[in-house]
Amino acid sequence: MSGPAPLLAIRGLNVAFGPAERPVPAVADAELTLSPGEILGIAGESGSGKSTLCGAIMRTLPRSARVSGEVSFMGRDLLALEEREMAKLRGRTLSMVLQNPMTSLDPLYTIGNQVKEVLRERRRDGVALRPGGAVEVLRRVHLTAPEMRLGQYPHQLSGGMRQRVLIGMATAAAPRLLIADEPTTALDASIQDEILILFRELREAAGSAVIIVTHDLSAIRRLSDRAIIMYAGRIVEEGPTAEVFAAPSHPYTRALLDSLPRIEAEEVHLRAIPGQVPDLAQLPPGCAFAARCPVAQPVCRMHQPEESAVGERHRVFCWQAGAAA
Amino acid sequence: MSTDAAMPMVEAEGLTKAFLLPAKSLFGKPQTVSAVVDVSFRIPRGRTFGLVGESGSGKSTVAKMLLKLITPTAGELTVEGKRIFSQTPAEELAYRRKVQAVFQDPYGSLSPRMRADRIVTEPLRAHGVPAREAEARAPELLRRVGLPPEAARKYPHEFSGGQRQRLAIARALSVDPQLLVLDEPVSALDVSVRAQVLTLLREMQQRLNLTYLFVGHDLAVVHYLSDTVGVMYFGRLVELGAARLVLRQPAHPYTRRLVALASGDTPLGAVRLQGELPNPLSPPSGCLFRTRCPYADATCAAELPQMRQVGPEHSVACHHYEALAVGDKAETGPMLQDA
Repeated sequence: MSGPAPLLAIRGLNVAFGPAERPVPAVADAELTLSPGEILGIAGESGSGKSTLCGAIMRTLPRSARVSGEVSFMGRDLLALEEREMAKLRGRTLSMVLQNPMTSLDPLYTIGNQVKEVLRERRRDGVALRPGGAVEVLRRVHLTAPEMRLGQYPHQLSGGMRQRVLIGMATAAAPRLLIADEPTTALDASIQDEILILFRELREAAGSAVIIVTHDLSAIRRLSDRAIIMYAGRIVEEGPTAEVFAAPSHPYTRALLDSLPRIEAEEVHLRAIPGQVPDLAQLPPGCAFAARCPVAQPVCRMHQPEESAVGERHRVFCWQAGAAA
Repeated sequence: MSTDAAMPMVEAEGLTKAFLLPAKSLFGKPQTVSAVVDVSFRIPRGRTFGLVGESGSGKSTVAKMLLKLITPTAGELTVEGKRIFSQTPAEELAYRRKVQAVFQDPYGSLSPRMRADRIVTEPLRAHGVPAREAEARAPELLRRVGLPPEAARKYPHEFSGGQRQRLAIARALSVDPQLLVLDEPVSALDVSVRAQVLTLLREMQQRLNLTYLFVGHDLAVVHYLSDTVGVMYFGRLVELGAARLVLRQPAHPYTRRLVALASGDTPLGAVRLQGELPNPLSPPSGCLFRTRCPYADATCAAELPQMRQVGPEHSVACHHYEALAVGDKAETGPMLQDA
């Protein structure tokens, strides 16, 4: 398959925590590629490994994490970089927005202070020193009355406004890749959409690629070009977003979509997925979803499912992928 | 007419809550912030009233008043025909048994030092049931919410989020309440277990004839559980009615936007609701939504629209309901608040 050289290529990535004798695999055998300017959505519940995957790319995981595999970003293996080199990338070509807009800003400093600090740190073209530099950052994320905001403290801003400030700061240097970990979870629905639109604008204006990680399937469905579904540390399905949502191939993806209450439904009925998200420390030898899966066969409980292609760039890890849904 | 139909379980009439902010200076006039203004609704026994709105809309303040955690500044809240803010101590004790709550955060609302059997029987002990007798009821309470018997000996950290919320529900049900206040009970849960908790809540309601006040921001979730829905904006109800009407044929421009945003089929950016809730210290004149409403005009800035009935089981507070209903109102853009 030809095409533009990937911006990011992850091969055989494994992240484990805990003692070496009884490792807890947070991410297992992850493979993914991302093209420049592509928006990739990663969906998963708590414990699915989606945040750990981001941490592995950014190299912000705690020391206790054992990471192996390859994370190639613009041709360089991030896992092999000196921390000094990695620090140069972070915030400039590779940037991140975190979930909690309440704790990601320092309550003791004004917004202007914090934005200017980032500009000084990340941009070399003197924008920080220009009087309008910080205002420009806030205006780009459509913050109302940006001049006034510079003098305000974080507690004077709403959650949505704070998230805008953080996105403005994270994208001040026009990164090649922005990773957003649950960027809209704490926000109201009307604000969520406005934040998602910012990511699309960033791609259009700067050509940045975006990885958005969330448990909100609707955000992924509407924003991303490609979608990855994770379960218990593994990618279970990956494909073009429209295809994954219209024709989900993994029983987990199907069950997840079925369990969502929908406002359009005339008669509201819910199909709950039985059971609980598995404990990563006690994963079965086979497919982690087998215990909750409606179509599981003996083979599913014994062996890890292999990849099968179900369409153009659409792959699924399921022994029953060929079987009728 | 049966007495049940005549007397709703809950009735709110002109419910208002203003909070006093500390004065800026020693002799300054203290400012007030109206969190809830003139909210009226009724919940028939055995039914669910869903209260939706953005954060800061006052929906949780209404829930807290029903729990008697805060006192209203004006208006009445009656449960089974009795005003809950003029109870004798004995009536209050009985009320606190009759009304129980399940909150959003299943991590913060369970004591990490108590085992599950103590957690679920704590309300019984608080209401004077001897410890041994209370303890004996634990297995049955756990079974009722689908938790295995061995769960009794575990501590909260040993449970998943969904199981913890089951514990919280078991605890609320321990004293055989008639009314449950559910404040965002599934918002913190994983998607795959959210449906389990919602179906459990519905099953409990049917089996025990419970009345629910369900506070939530996810319209699809509210739709699943509610018979009647109230939409709050900036402390006021802007639309009220049967869930199928309010959420499927919304009348207020605010509800229309919320419903469109909640629909998975709406492409990103096709429907926008720009701006955020106005500053509570200087609310706009007239209609509170006019600063974000695409249909606002001079009437909206001049006059506060009152709730009026627009059909059976459906009321709305909007000057332009008629024109909007027939699609005869052009989008003129929001009326921004003039300085």
